[in-house]
Amino acid sequence: MELNFKIEGGNFSGAGSASSEVKRTLKQLGVDASQIKRVVIALYEAEINVVAHAFKGKIDVKISADKIFARIEDEGPGIADISKAMQEGFSTASSKVREMGFGAGMGLPNIKSNVDKFDIQSVVDKGTILEMTFYLA
Amino acid sequence: MKISDIKELVEGKVANNGVCSENINEIKHAFASDLMSDVLRLRCENTLLVTGLCNVQTIRTVEMAEIKLIILARGKKVDANMLELAEENDICIIETDFSVYKVCGLLYQKGISPVY
Repeated sequence: MELNFKIEGGNFSGAGSASSEVKRTLKQLGVDASQIKRVVIALYEAEINVVAHAFKGKIDVKISADKIFARIEDEGPGIADISKAMQEGFSTASSKVREMGFGAGMGLPNIKSNVDKFDIQSVVDKGTILEMTFYLA
Repeated sequence: MKISDIKELVEGKVANNGVCSENINEIKHAFASDLMSDVLRLRCENTLLVTGLCNVQTIRTVEMAEIKLIILARGKKVDANMLELAEENDICIIETDFSVYKVCGLLYQKGISPVY
């Protein structure tokens, strides 16, 4: 099963709707609650990142019996130094993002702590691709 | 602790009566934060969130974190979008004029324990 979403940069009121729909679908499929939680937390942080930093993006989620794979691709400023972005507390977020309760440099570390496999590639002034895999076994 | 007792304790008002039924699990723990990424790190059930952050992302965050009760402190009021989202996800919201510190102190006195 595959789910696809388009994400609009800067649209804070809509941020999280894709993750919410993934959560609903996983529940309907009878996926274990603790597995659902780590998938949607990582996905939600990734969705917030796109809304906070990029112009636009898309989320593709592939659900199979033994794993869930999510690919988040955005068009935006990219990440100049990925190792820095992975550090807790490092952030380039705007005051608007902070007003929404994010932007404290916890997003990527939170994502990493919830996934089994994680890959991030970024080109400055072009965009970022984040791939994450969750094994359900 | 039951939602009705918590509401009385913080002299609060339930923003969405329909959702705040007694069948929401009894609350045993509380966590206070205005930073939603810290809420997303919690690994604890039967927990309520005390916050002064009042926007749709507060609701989205507790939805993802499987938290069913929010106490909105410092006199913050929910808006229609927040209410709609909370109702869709069976999330109960109590509004209180008390500060986050006072709410936490009151809950702690009643035996609601910290998450860590």
